[in-house]
Parts: sequence; structure tokens; C-alpha cells
Amino acid sequence: MTGIPTGRLAVWWVLASEIVIFGGLLGAYIMHRIGHPEWEGQAIHTNVWAGGFNTFVLLSSSLSAVLAHQAAERGDGKSAARLLLLTAAGGATFLIVKAFEWTAEITSGFTIGSNLFWSFYYTAAGLHALHVLAGMVILLFVAATAAKNIELHRVENIGIYWHFVDIVWIFLFPLLYIAK
Amino acid sequence: MTGHAPDATRAPGFVRTYLWSTDHKTIGLQYMLTGMAMALIGAFAAYVFRMQAAFPGASVPLFGRVAAADYNYLVTMHGTIMIFWVAMPVLLAGFGNYLIPLMLGCDDMVFPRVNRLSYQIFFLSSVVLVASFFVPGGAFGGAWTAYPPLSANSAYSMTPFGSTLWLLAVALEFVAFLLGGINFITTTMNSRAPGMKMFDIPIIVWTIMIAAVLFMGSVGPLVAGAVMLLFDQVVGTGFYDPARGGDPVLWQHLFWFFGHPEVYVLLLPAMGIVAEVMVVFARKKLFAYRTIVYSAVATGIISFFVWAHHQFVAGIDPRMASLFSVTTLIISIPVAEMFFAYIATLYGGSIRFSTPMLWALAFVAEFLIGGVTGIFLGSAGSDIYFHDTYFVVAHFHYTFFPIAFLAAFAGITFWFPKMFGRMMNETWGKVHFWGTIIAFNICFIPLFITGTAGDHRRIFDYSMFAELATPEMQSLRILATRALLVTLAFQVVFVVNFVYSLFRGTVAEANPWKANTLEWLAPSPPPHGNFVTMPVVYRGPYEYSVPNRDEDYWPQHEPDEPADPDAPGARRPLQQPA
Ligand code: HEM
Ligand SMILES: [Cu+2]
Repeated sequence: MTGIPTGRLAVWWVLASEIVIFGGLLGAYIMHRIGHPEWEGQAIHTNVWAGGFNTFVLLSSSLSAVLAHQAAERGDGKSAARLLLLTAAGGATFLIVKAFEWTAEITSGFTIGSNLFWSFYYTAAGLHALHVLAGMVILLFVAATAAKNIELHRVENIGIYWHFVDIVWIFLFPLLYIAK
Repeated sequence: MTGHAPDATRAPGFVRTYLWSTDHKTIGLQYMLTGMAMALIGAFAAYVFRMQAAFPGASVPLFGRVAAADYNYLVTMHGTIMIFWVAMPVLLAGFGNYLIPLMLGCDDMVFPRVNRLSYQIFFLSSVVLVASFFVPGGAFGGAWTAYPPLSANSAYSMTPFGSTLWLLAVALEFVAFLLGGINFITTTMNSRAPGMKMFDIPIIVWTIMIAAVLFMGSVGPLVAGAVMLLFDQVVGTGFYDPARGGDPVLWQHLFWFFGHPEVYVLLLPAMGIVAEVMVVFARKKLFAYRTIVYSAVATGIISFFVWAHHQFVAGIDPRMASLFSVTTLIISIPVAEMFFAYIATLYGGSIRFSTPMLWALAFVAEFLIGGVTGIFLGSAGSDIYFHDTYFVVAHFHYTFFPIAFLAAFAGITFWFPKMFGRMMNETWGKVHFWGTIIAFNICFIPLFITGTAGDHRRIFDYSMFAELATPEMQSLRILATRALLVTLAFQVVFVVNFVYSLFRGTVAEANPWKANTLEWLAPSPPPHGNFVTMPVVYRGPYEYSVPNRDEDYWPQHEPDEPADPDAPGARRPLQQPA
């Protein structure tokens, strides 16, 4: 009736409900941040280089998701699957870098309970990382079906979700790492 | 429940039919029955704490002596259960699942397995909540609003496990309703019967769909807030702890940013039920269909801008308080508009006071009291006095009781023949109606009075407050409790009528009320797949008493020009003996 395929419509509604979750969390963070200029002194301990590299990785993985969609449009399930796996590899890289980053921070004594800045830092980035993980699992499922050249419309749907995960990070990176 | 053989491709056994079904009707009934079972717990809690309020220190039959901590968790669980485990599942998920595909003329929701998952998660959430009664320390007692620091720190709440299980149960419930809501919205957008245009959609489908969008748009920040509260409870963060730079009022903002739209999430489906019932028993076209739709949308939008009226005494900026007073008064306009349209629908109709109609009319009358008393609470000046008194309790029960019970009973008695293929007993239905309505009012009117006289809510024992423990005040409390006992006793009539009619009621035809909407085209009860032949829609849902027609109703699926009756595929109106 709307002309939008039902699967894609559902993805959009999922994203709408996700946006308000991150919106609430980041809104709360921003309000606190404005009230606490001294958090600057905490934020300088974040690793901008690791965060920047991860931004680059996620953006590239979104590119391969777009290419996968193109391949799926051509009906080329095999390359779509390959490109989706590449996207998932981007997600894995992101999480590995994150693991190293967090290990370094936690061993330097910046834990989730240290103070409110770090509480927000770990909560927001952690919630985002969960979304990356969930996205990777779905990517693998969709890649498996796409490789058999079936359900190719799913390639686009997971792509939309993956872009969203990417965009959330684009908000998190400056708010948590760059704002000093 | 389906008396018809489901189609041959799937020959489901008992488990597939009743417990593991993807059929929207089964899922709707599962939601509804689970909600009704939870209502027993919620009502039992109300019974126990009202007995304590009326007869402090006495041993309550079936419970025993009520300790202060018992009182707290009973009030908390009562509020939590009634909102999240009764009103939500019965009105939104129950009726939504059952009715949406039938009224849109399709065979099921677009994502049946997501739908099944939604119910399963909901069921799990109910189990978690009920389990929290039995953990060491007992169930959470920090009120259904769960304000920190009480909820964040078990040194204050003294329910280390109860608080966390409460949070977990609520979070699971939210997930269930988000999954269900996606189905409601996508199904309504994408799988209507051919010919059903946007303004041919029955009002109840509109209101449920708007409610689902509202829920989705408002619950997100609270999900984030719940994660923060969980971390405060279990990993030692200080999001809501002022001693560590946090802010307890943040939770109030996140909670009420959801909490206020939530009351419209509950109200809108109830309004939908009432509209469907009213037109059928007034035999009149719904007055101002489009205005009702637009008002519902406007109510939904404005409901995002009123939340801080719950926080007038929480130390918010007085300028913000005036702003939120104004938005709160504004939201009463579209709501009132819907009610006026309903009353105009009745005007000049040929009204039949059947049981569903009585419930629908009572809904309008009783909700009015809730709405009018809300004006006093929405205005910051008077709310500073009324805040957290029994006036508030009486006010919101005059909104919630009509929603959760009056509208639900209207819906259940109206669609019972469709759901189970039998009619409910009218006489006992009316006994149940009058008993409930009269007793309910005697239960809550006194609470307006005690509240105005200064009774604070959530008080375990008034004998500790000399100025409130007067004999006059106590006799009002006792009157309210007695009336509650009568209200509860009359629910037995409903349960007996329900069960009896399920097995012994007169067999219902497909369209016993002579209604227009598509669910009445399907057999009663509808088989798996709903319709024998998929319907095509020719007109809006409310063409009653159209001049120059023999019948006073005109179903949506009947072609305009009664075509040549011998032509292949031509459908003729059901010929009723005059
Ligand atoms: C069966 C009839 C009911 C009775 C007699 C009743 C009675 C009460 C009373 C007296 C309180 C205040 C307790 C106190 O502050 O000490 C209360 C609280 C509450 N009730 Fe009800 N109620 C009923 C049904 C409902 C329904 C149908 C709903 C909602 C759908 C509801 C929602 C609530 C909520 C949200 C609270 C606030 C709980 C809190 O303070 O945390 N109640 N109820
Ligand atoms: Cu409100």
C-alpha cells in the first residue's frame, strides 16, 4: 500500500525506536556535560587515534554494505555475500580495536564506576558495541542466504541497519573523544 | 478455539494451536488471558493494601498481617501490574493482535513469527515479575515510578534482588511491545484489503496504530534510563546519585517522558473500542471520522510535551512549570474533541442499551470525571497542594479504571461472539455492569475527599498522623474499602458468565450485531487464515442507517451496486427476515 517493501518498512521502524534510545542516552550525557565543564580533564584520557581509526573502519564497512546492495540488485548473490562478509570483518576489526582500547583504559584505572564521565563513556560505547555485534550476526545470516541467491532483498535491509550503527558512532566519536 | 479445520498444509497439534501458534488471533487471546490473570494479582494487591488502609494492623483474610514493607511492595506491584501487565496486554496487544488483521481484511500480521516471539518475551517478563515476589528481600517496593535513590540503591530499598528483577521484567515487557508494535504498524501500512483507503480504516485500528507509534517514540529514553538504573544497582555507577555528580531528577525526566505518552498509549485503544461499539448500538454513522483521526494524532504529538507536569514539586524551574501547565491544558482540547464527536454520534441515534453499549457509555461518563479532575493537577499552582495526595490517586483511577476495565469489558462483551462463536449472557452482563459501576464510584469518590483533606498517598498507617486519623476520615477510608470488596465480588459474575458462555452460550452467527467492519464477515470464530474468500472494500466502516436502503447497515465488503445476483462472484446482502 505504501509501496515500500514490508521488510524495509520494518527496518525503518526498528531504527526509529533505536534512535530514541540513543537519543535519550546522548541527550542525558550532553546535559550533564554542559553542567560539568571539568569532565574535560577526564575526556583527554580517551584515545582519539583508536577512535579515529575505528571511525574509518566503520565508514569503510558501510561502503562495502552499499556495494553488497548493488551486487544484490544485479542479482549477483555470490559477490553480495562476499561483500557482506567484508562488512562483518569491518565490524570485527572495530570490536578488536575497542577491546584493546578498553583494556588500556581499565588498567589505567578508568573504569565504569570511576566517575560519571566514564560511566557514560562505557555505557554509550558499550550499547553501541552490542549493536555492532548484533549487526555482525545478522550480516553472517544474510550472507549465508545471499550466497545461495535467495532472499536478496535482505541485503539492502541489513545494509540500512548497518548504516545506522555507523551513524550512531559518528555521534559518539566527537561527543566522547573529541570534545575536550 | 477454532471450531473449523485449519487449512490442510499445516495440521497443528495442541501445542502449535494454543501455545506455539503464529496465528494473530491466538496470540491476541494469549495476551488477553495473560493480562486478565495478572489483573487478579493486581486486584488482590489492591484488596490487601486497602484493607490495611481501612483497618490498620488487622489481619487481612488470605494474606495475614500487613507489614510496612509489604504495603510498599503491594502498592508498587499493583501499579506496575495494572499498567504494564493488564492495560497494555489487554488493550493494546490483545485487541490489537486479534482485530487488526481481521478488520483490515488480511490473513495475518505481516511478521507472524516476530509476533509469536513478542508474546513469548511478554510471558517471560510476567514470569520474572511474579518470581520477584519470592526472592530474598521480597519484591520491589519503591513505587511503580521507581524514583532513585530508592530504586538505585539497595541500602535504601532493602530489596537487592527485587529491584533488579522489577527492572528486568519491565525491560523485557518493553521489548515485547516494541516487537508487537512493529507488526501493528507495518501490517496497517502494507496489508489492507484491496480498496481499503486510508480513511476507510476503522477507528480502533487507527488508535492502536497511533498508540504503537507513541510507545515506540517515547520508550527509548526510558530504555536508556533503565540501563543506567541497572548499572547504578549492580555495577556501582552513580548516574542518579547526586553525591557522585549524578542527578536523580534525570530519571524523573526519562520516566515521565515515557510515562505521559504511555497514558495515551492506553487511552487511545480504549477510545477505539468505544467508537466501534457506539456506532453499532446507535446505528449511526460515526460523527466527524476525520476529526477523530486528526485529534488522535494531535493528542499523540502533544503528549510528548507535557511530561514535567509530574515534576512540579521536584524543584524544576518555575518558568518550565508554567510552560508545562499550558501544554497540559492544551492537550485536553483534542481529547475533549474526540469525546464531543462520540456524544454527537449518539445524538439522534437509535440506541440499544446492550451490555457492550452500557460499558462504552459508562466509559465516556467516568473518564470525564478523570479528565476534569486532571485540570487541577495540570495547573502547577493547584498541583503543588494536590501532589501525591489521594486526590491524585482518585483522579488517575478515574482515567485508568475506565480504560483498563470499562473499555476492556466493552470490547470483550462486543467481540466475544467473534472470538469464541457464542454469545455472552445479557442479563448477567448487566448485573456485572451495574454492580461494578456503582461500587467503583463509591470506592473512589471518598478518596477525592480524603485527598483534598490532606491524605498523602503510599501511607502504610494513618493512625501515625493524628490530624488525619480522625473518625470521619477513617469512615471514608472504610467506605472506599467496602466498595472495593463489592467491586471485586461482582467480577465473579463476569468470570462465571465468561466461562459459562464459552461452553454453553447461544451459538453466534458471523455477524450477530449487524456491524459493518470486516471482522464480522469472517466466520465466528474465524479459522486460520480468517476469511473464506478474501474481502474487497467498497466503503468506509460506518455507513449505518443510510437512507433508501432496506438494511440499516452497509458492510464494507458489499459492492455498491447490488450487481446481477446471477453474475459469477456477485455478492448479495445477507437477507435477514424482516
Ligand atoms: C481494582 C480496582 C482498583 C483499586 C481499588 C485501586 C486502588 C489503588 C489505591 C488505593 C492506590 C494508592 C495506594 C497508596 O498510595 O497507598 C493505587 C495506586 C495505583 N493504582 Fe490502583 N486501584 C485499582 C485499579 C487500578 C487500575 C485498573 C490501574 C491502572 C490501569 C491502577 C493503577 C495504579 C497505579 C499506577 C498506582 C500507583 C502505584 C504507586 O503509587 O506506585 N489501579 N490503587
Ligand atoms: Cu502526565
